[in-house]
Amino acid sequence: MAAAIFTLAALCGVIIMLGIQAWPSITEFGFSFITNSVWDPPNNVFGAFVPIYGTLITSTIALIIAIPVSFGIALFLTELAPAWLRRPLGTAIELLAAIPSIVYGMWGLLFFSPIFAKYVQTPLMNWTADIPFLNHLFAGAPIGIGLFTAGIILAIMIIPYIASVMRDVFEVVPPLLKESAYGLGCTTWEVIWSVVLPYTKAGAIGGIMLGLGRALGETMAVTFVIGNSNILDGYSLFSMGNSITSVLANEFPEASLTGFHQSALMELGLILFFITCVVLSLSKVMLLRIKKMGGP
Amino acid sequence: MKRLLMIVALMVGVVSSINAMEITGAGASFPAPLYGKWAESYNKLTGVRVNYQSIGSSGGVNQIKAKTVDFGASDTPLADADLEAAGLMQFPTVIGGVVPVINLPGIASGAMVLTGEVLADIYLGKITQWDDAAIKTLNPTLNLPNQKITVVRRADGSGTTAIFTEYLTKISPNWASQIGQGNTVNWPIGTGGKGNEGVSAFVMRLPGAIGYVEYAYAKQSTMAFVQLKNAKGETVSPSIDSFKAATQNIDWSKTFAQSLTNSSAQGAWPITSTTFILMQKQGNPEKSKTIIAFFDWAYKNGSAEALALDYVPMPADVVTAVQKAWAEKIAI
Repeated sequence: MAAAIFTLAALCGVIIMLGIQAWPSITEFGFSFITNSVWDPPNNVFGAFVPIYGTLITSTIALIIAIPVSFGIALFLTELAPAWLRRPLGTAIELLAAIPSIVYGMWGLLFFSPIFAKYVQTPLMNWTADIPFLNHLFAGAPIGIGLFTAGIILAIMIIPYIASVMRDVFEVVPPLLKESAYGLGCTTWEVIWSVVLPYTKAGAIGGIMLGLGRALGETMAVTFVIGNSNILDGYSLFSMGNSITSVLANEFPEASLTGFHQSALMELGLILFFITCVVLSLSKVMLLRIKKMGGP
Repeated sequence: MKRLLMIVALMVGVVSSINAMEITGAGASFPAPLYGKWAESYNKLTGVRVNYQSIGSSGGVNQIKAKTVDFGASDTPLADADLEAAGLMQFPTVIGGVVPVINLPGIASGAMVLTGEVLADIYLGKITQWDDAAIKTLNPTLNLPNQKITVVRRADGSGTTAIFTEYLTKISPNWASQIGQGNTVNWPIGTGGKGNEGVSAFVMRLPGAIGYVEYAYAKQSTMAFVQLKNAKGETVSPSIDSFKAATQNIDWSKTFAQSLTNSSAQGAWPITSTTFILMQKQGNPEKSKTIIAFFDWAYKNGSAEALALDYVPMPADVVTAVQKAWAEKIAI
């Protein structure tokens, strides 16, 4: 019980400290902190729109890429893979989670982004140059770094988490359920989609939320490949941007105590904390609804 | 149990009192490799331990003001009023220069000449192509491609940015009014690299890129550096001599908080600066004596190591001024 109280005390301590340190900035900028996109330390003007947008967009892109891939990995490992392949492949996927995030960042900057620029960005930009909506979505210089690259690197980082949780919950589906479905003549895909997945909904969503939590808080990998630009030109996916964690990591050591710089950075941290809480609550609500509808 | 704790405490006390003098410092990351090297050599010589932690210039200033470290290090000097209020003294240790580097195929290192105004316009986003008329006028013999300029700057707060933006503020009224100077500024364009290494990585990778790095990085990498026109109108290359030249014609006797950027001395590199050490005027006398002894040794014997790491040692007249200031201001 002492351990639980200690954890709760630590959590409250963090919230209170963030709140106190961020208070000057909250009173100075108010709500416009979230909508203003100018981040100007020498002139003491701070607006967090670009980092917040960057964090949300990169996490969304990461989830959009990671969920189908993890689902496919979990599906392959539980249903389709031959028995001798399951353990080694499973271990290899989990080893991806063991790679330090700064290594991901360096790999992304030095190895992945030139390849991405040459083989994906340039052809895509040439192909969508004339299509009216898509050419704004894929505009910009093909440097290979930006919000999209950060999203891809984040996806690679969260796939092991989501895939291993999904695989674990897929494996505990009672064989009786699956055998009955096969007996009725269902194809493998129908069994997975209509029997296994509904049965393991809660666990799968839990895994996805775990991955999302990691993606929201990831710092070093993102800061190498996101471009660290506080100017948002349009809504292009290939534009450079900034994320909350990247701004904090870059500017905190040299933030001056005079003015609002340090306080604005603390307020950014508070906003990230708030976003994570909102995401967690949404997942709890979703799980409650599943339980109410009669899931496991 | 109690007895065991008492014995351990006694042992720790005895051991720590046997140790020689130990001083801690914290601050700027620019001179950190040099201070580490000096500390190692000094320790071998005298047994005194100097611990230096590079936490950034702002961190160094905050820690010395809070008296949690024995000396602080900062790339930008404190104003004299701040020094008086906090009871501190500052002195410069080494000189560093910031060098613009480019990545243009066919342009050799040192071939391109730029002025501060052109550099400011590039970083403001006003000049966007390499074959712009302004660059062509300065480099009539160069074959400039029709390529977009990819601007690279620092993502993190840094003394390098502070010096670079200070120079641009002095030389370009547009820059001064729109952007200003500081460790972090509101960059209108450009990709942010993390640290000097990040900027180097981007410049080396992206064709048509321009960035700014510390002299040590420019010298040790394969990037092409740019010559600049200084305040006298001469075209200078970054080198130990042109950095030293920027310290001429400065009166160090009144205050050490001098700005060396855009120096009008002969042969001076326009983006030069010194890095500073801050210490308490009325601190612990033993520690103050040790700090002064360490830096005195560094001024006299540490030049070779400084040059080996691509830092420029202070000229002799500045060292004399510093020694005089120590005698006057530090209470021993």
